[in-house]
Amino acid sequence: MLSLVRSLWEVFRHAFARRVTIQYPEQKAYLSPRYRGRIVLTRDPDGGERCVACNLCAVACPVACISLQATEDEHGRRYPEFFRINFSRCIFCGYCEEACPTYAIQLTPDTEMGEYKRKNLVYEKTDLMIDGPGKYPDYNFWRIAGVAIGGKDKGQAENELAPVDTHSLMP
Amino acid sequence: MKSNLFPLFIIGVVLFVVLNLSAGLIWVERRLLALWQDRYGPNRVGPFGLGQIVADSIKLFTKEDWIPPFADKPVFVLAPAIVVATALISFAVVPFAPGFVIADLNIGVLFLLAMSSLGVYSVVLAGWSSNNKYSLLGGVRAAAQMMSYEVFMGLSLLGVVILAGSFRLTDIVEAQRGLWFVFPQCLGFVLFLIAGVAETRRLPFDLAEAESELIAGFHSEYSGMKFGMFFVGEYIGVILISATISLLFFGGWLGPILPPALWFAAKTMFFICLFILFRAALPRPRFDQLMSWGWKVMLPLALVNLLVTGAVVLARR
Repeated sequence: MLSLVRSLWEVFRHAFARRVTIQYPEQKAYLSPRYRGRIVLTRDPDGGERCVACNLCAVACPVACISLQATEDEHGRRYPEFFRINFSRCIFCGYCEEACPTYAIQLTPDTEMGEYKRKNLVYEKTDLMIDGPGKYPDYNFWRIAGVAIGGKDKGQAENELAPVDTHSLMP
Repeated sequence: MKSNLFPLFIIGVVLFVVLNLSAGLIWVERRLLALWQDRYGPNRVGPFGLGQIVADSIKLFTKEDWIPPFADKPVFVLAPAIVVATALISFAVVPFAPGFVIADLNIGVLFLLAMSSLGVYSVVLAGWSSNNKYSLLGGVRAAAQMMSYEVFMGLSLLGVVILAGSFRLTDIVEAQRGLWFVFPQCLGFVLFLIAGVAETRRLPFDLAEAESELIAGFHSEYSGMKFGMFFVGEYIGVILISATISLLFFGGWLGPILPPALWFAAKTMFFICLFILFRAALPRPRFDQLMSWGWKVMLPLALVNLLVTGAVVLARR
């Protein structure tokens, strides 16, 4: 009986406690930078597209919501001709981000993607592409990779030695 | 002319106040529960979320009013009306201020008890006519609960009646001019409070409803405004029991400075909030605990209270 009175008192004291509700449209909850929300395509620090259209994200996607077509520019640099994510299928698992070898596809802490028409949830490359490097500000795949493209030959990447001349006898 | 129309005027005022208050209590309860659970509750529709009352009413009125084909139709339709009717009829004897009472019966307390216990017919009939095992269980539980809690509810009031020497509610209030009856009758007050919560089938005594075990008990088959009637009936019952407590134990309209009706309203509101605090804080007992608590603890306590009060009054004489 006494415990009931005590619990009445304890509950009554909560009238003066801070309320934990976040009044959503006005106030927003803090979402960590690693939150798995809306998917974006990022750019290199120098502004070039990071995506090399390797299709690994599309393969990793468990619901097959990513669709893209690879192509090459005049410098031999691969990029997606189109890149399409159907967010009405996406389950925001983040496997595409894990699969991406160039940090191009990234998930962001944005969840406000409500739409009245289902087809508006199909995001094209222009909708997905952002201007910045996302979570990896200094990473530049084409400056690191040992691939020869226009303007950068083999051995010219960062921390890359010049190619070994296999015809020479010198070590 | 005035003497003929005045009761009608009172009836109008009482109906207006009680029905609006019982609708408003939906909002009050949700806001208060939220306050005690560190939430906000409905605060979007209108100022302080008060528009929620209108929104809820519109929702209830426009929902499909469905009668299950397996139900006993006349009884099914009648049941929700009984709870509201009996609770509203009880207000006929409640004095809101000196002279402001519809029927100042000389057996006012008995009338109150009788009418509030008639309300259980609503629950039992609803449970029976729904033709659903959970509803029936809820109805049976309500019947058993009423039976055991009605007994000491009446007995706990008799101490007050002995002290006041009258069943008339206005006399009882006037008899508290020197001292509220809650002080000489504090045991009776506690007993009546517990019985009152059980009488209105509010938490923690909502075994007839018991969402977690009986889905919604007696009103699982009800929808639309028929469900709304149970809802309103429950809130009218809460107002009635709160008003009764403040009349019998806390001096009704008596109080300094403020007008009598305001004192009465304030005291009643306090107990309504207490009812909501009970709901926020207390867990529901098991059914056998409820029964043994009622018969083995509360009933003897009520009898002892009555005996001691009677003895003291006799010894003083």
